[in-house]
Amino acid sequence: MKTESRLEKVLEKGEFAVTSECGPPRGADPDLIRKKGELLKGVVDAVNVTDCQTSVVRMSSLSCCLILKEMGFDPIVQMVTRDRNRIAIQSDILGAAALGINNILCLSGDHQRFGDHPQAKNVYDIDSIQLIMTVKQMRDEGKFLSGEELTKVPRLFIGAAANPFADPFEIRALRLAKKVAAGAQFIQTQCIYNLKRFEEWMHRVVDMGLHEKVCILAGVTPMKSVGMARYMKNMVPGMDVPDEIIERLKGVPKEKQGEEGIKICIETIQRLREMEGVRGVHIMAIEWEEKVREIAEGAGLLPRPRI
Amino acid sequence: MIVAQAKPIEEILEMIDKYDKILLVGCKGCVAVCAAGGEKEVQFLASAIRTARKTQGREIEIREVTLERQCDPEYVEQIRGFAGDYQAILSIACGVGVQFMAEHYREIPALPGLNTSFMGGALEQGVWSERCQGCGNCVLHLTGGICPITRCSKSLLNGPCGGSSNGKCEVDPEVDCGWQLIIERLKALGEFESRFMEIVPIKDWSTSRDGGPRKIVREDMRQ
Repeated sequence: MKTESRLEKVLEKGEFAVTSECGPPRGADPDLIRKKGELLKGVVDAVNVTDCQTSVVRMSSLSCCLILKEMGFDPIVQMVTRDRNRIAIQSDILGAAALGINNILCLSGDHQRFGDHPQAKNVYDIDSIQLIMTVKQMRDEGKFLSGEELTKVPRLFIGAAANPFADPFEIRALRLAKKVAAGAQFIQTQCIYNLKRFEEWMHRVVDMGLHEKVCILAGVTPMKSVGMARYMKNMVPGMDVPDEIIERLKGVPKEKQGEEGIKICIETIQRLREMEGVRGVHIMAIEWEEKVREIAEGAGLLPRPRI
Repeated sequence: MIVAQAKPIEEILEMIDKYDKILLVGCKGCVAVCAAGGEKEVQFLASAIRTARKTQGREIEIREVTLERQCDPEYVEQIRGFAGDYQAILSIACGVGVQFMAEHYREIPALPGLNTSFMGGALEQGVWSERCQGCGNCVLHLTGGICPITRCSKSLLNGPCGGSSNGKCEVDPEVDCGWQLIIERLKALGEFESRFMEIVPIKDWSTSRDGGPRKIVREDMRQ
């Protein structure tokens, strides 16, 4: 089924897609998300809104999506299975579609151990692959998980995440295949710093023919400083930051490290663009949204196509 | 077995603060095996309570008993003759034992001396690890004998999340990634190819705690 998703249309046209993300505020002020939105105007084809990322409580993804939708964006609602059971999930899927949201990213979510409420009870009624199946069943079969029919189907472009840098490496392409089989139409990857390993994963993906069944958007995150690079390398599970990135940032004066991080990011995008099977880029500038335009511009991704 | 550990003595002292005559009941089942609530632990706890009370200048009378099992009416009834002589029953069985005490001796408060932790086994002397969550619908034949519900921190059924790193879970570098273990085991069994790619459907949790308190009735065994 075709949806009203701008992202789907851009990919359909064969354009190299650009997405980015907005982290919702830790409060009820809608202007904070509008401000982030302003920085991304005309820069992206669609914008993700994270769902209490790292298990820290923030404004809900769906609410922020609506605010961004009103600004003219095509938001991607992120949904984790950590906090919702199948009843809440299906309810939010219907709600998202009713509010004109066209895209959903299906995730299991960071464990609450990392967040500001480690005492919370988690849900995990279903996993991320089962969430993909849930959206697909509701959309394509018009049925709830119970088998009962729903009145108007939610027309959502279905996305999922992939982390080529997590272990065990040899199953990472297979896990992508499972997500594709479940119904994922686009994939946004973990931030790529180790291009060699990503390329190796991408080879496997292409060998399996998965790149023809799903649109892979390669994830990038600019480093603000060598401190951030070290933190990502040592503290963030499933993140692969090669020493050469750290060395390169170390090699420039502190006040120039951010600039160097942007340069690295742009070079990475240029290399990713050449890789077979990469259909777009997902720029995650964490609390640095003002740099997304510069990165997209630098990588020659602007202007975005008109749809 | 059910693995439990002692509550901090301060918490127990606070619980029994208003009593000066208590019945301390241990259990020779699981909690004795995991050295939390057997005969030895009854003696140890009784003496710790007496010492603490002595320093407070308030004596306490404690009768020490250890039953064969506290999850079986037959044994729970063995204290019927004298339970009424005490102001409270301090049970150092698992939560089942404490509740059976409460159900059988309705006029006396039953207090928990342990924190019941999980169903697991001993890895080595002094180390116990969780293995089962009692979901009521075992899938171990599909996952190489390693439980994804218990061993994966997110209870994922379709493979490891993106937080699996060097065989460890994102939640704690001391915790093995359950799915890494499952994958290795399936490979060793020659079952990886056939099992891993199959999408495991959404689980029916109604056989788990989510279906409400559970009960098994075996008509063939009833009298």
